[in-house]
Amino acid sequence: MFGLLKKTLSNLFSRPATRSYPGTTRPGFSGSRGHLDMDPAVCIYCGACSKRCPTKAITVSREPKEWKLEVGRCIICGHCVEVCPKKCMWLDMNHGLSKDAVTDARSGDRQGNP
Amino acid sequence: MAIQSLIPFGPQHPVFPEPIQLRLVLEDEKVVEALPAFGYVHRGLEKIAQQKDILQDVFLVERVCGICSFIHSLTYCRGVETLMGLTVPDRARFLRVVWSEMSRLHSHLLWLGLTADAFGFENLFMQAFRLREKVLDLMEATGGNRVIMSSCCIGGVRRDLTPDLVKMIRTTLDEVERELDPIVVTMRDDYTVQQRTIGVGRLTKEEAYQLGAVGPVARGCGIQMDFRTTGYEAYGELEFKPVVFEGGDCYARCKVRLYEMLQSVALMRAALDKLPEGPLAVPVKGNPDGETISRCEQPRGEVIYYMRANNTRNLERLRIRTPTFANLAPLLKMLPGCQLADVPVIVLAIDPCISCTER
Repeated sequence: MFGLLKKTLSNLFSRPATRSYPGTTRPGFSGSRGHLDMDPAVCIYCGACSKRCPTKAITVSREPKEWKLEVGRCIICGHCVEVCPKKCMWLDMNHGLSKDAVTDARSGDRQGNP
Repeated sequence: MAIQSLIPFGPQHPVFPEPIQLRLVLEDEKVVEALPAFGYVHRGLEKIAQQKDILQDVFLVERVCGICSFIHSLTYCRGVETLMGLTVPDRARFLRVVWSEMSRLHSHLLWLGLTADAFGFENLFMQAFRLREKVLDLMEATGGNRVIMSSCCIGGVRRDLTPDLVKMIRTTLDEVERELDPIVVTMRDDYTVQQRTIGVGRLTKEEAYQLGAVGPVARGCGIQMDFRTTGYEAYGELEFKPVVFEGGDCYARCKVRLYEMLQSVALMRAALDKLPEGPLAVPVKGNPDGETISRCEQPRGEVIYYMRANNTRNLERLRIRTPTFANLAPLLKMLPGCQLADVPVIVLAIDPCISCTER
């Protein structure tokens, strides 16, 4: 019955285990998959990423040159980053796109599930 | 004869993390029959899997379950590797073990928190979840995400462990083991926990075997059945014995999971000690053909994937039998005869994962 008492007492005199988010944020991990980013200057618009994307979140057209990501559909798996021949895409460690995802989900150009 | 009444237990119930309904036929406070109703989170996974190619399906099967996702992708990849005749490099086999055991550890800590919460032990619930956060951080640092790591791919693994990460895993494992100790002692020896679990939801060894119980439910009945003992991936090169307890009640099942957590820590350490150098994955060429059955030991028991391919990039069939599905029949055998207040503890002692079951 008193097995956790030691732990409970030490918790009384130690700092809280939680952070007062969003005031204090946890430092990210370098390998973390936060969100997908792309450099249009390097991209050759070959469409390899859009063909391999498991959720069809990326649409690419050669003429006019356009690369579009439906953020609400992207599962941030990183499959596109692996197949990109020019390595113009990368996964950023920051999880900061929820606002964009909400805007994207509310916009009218969603095409429904594949 | 006492008046019978029917109590709908679920689909929305505070102890259930996921929706399942048990219609309980009661005589006063005693359960005489339990009728299950499920299908609330069916997603038609097989149909989606047929529409995507074999490489994309890895990401799909990971999302079968939000707790044991890595082992789902591992089982799938092992199946496709068998169909295509691929041999996984040694380093990848050991890394797969490390991530499998990490999944098991975090899954059992989640179960521990939920079970403690089910019988009102809020303090233990908080401690378990606090400890689980450390394991989840480890998963994010090594796999890239808190639960769905996507680190397994056909032919090997997608990520490597740098020496810094190995060091980080070892340090965290030391912390986890140190903090796990009072939790295990409390859960094992506490008078209140024993009163709520000993003799509750009893199942004999024969019944468990006949009803096809798997995982900690079977091992808690004294059946020595752990698929890891067959030595898939690198398990054959690591020494361990399955955790088996006699008793067949909720207490025995709890003890199996408690000691499996410590065993997972030991297995991860052993796998990191023996981690060989070498490539991470072999290239995937051609299409799979034929049919196969792939099995792995999940935190909840043995998962079975049946897959059939027809020499195209898409699978023809992908059938998944998850451990919770196998444990539902034993659950229905355990419930009659118990008190209504014990139902949450009995249900959580099989560690149900409903989204797995319904796919």
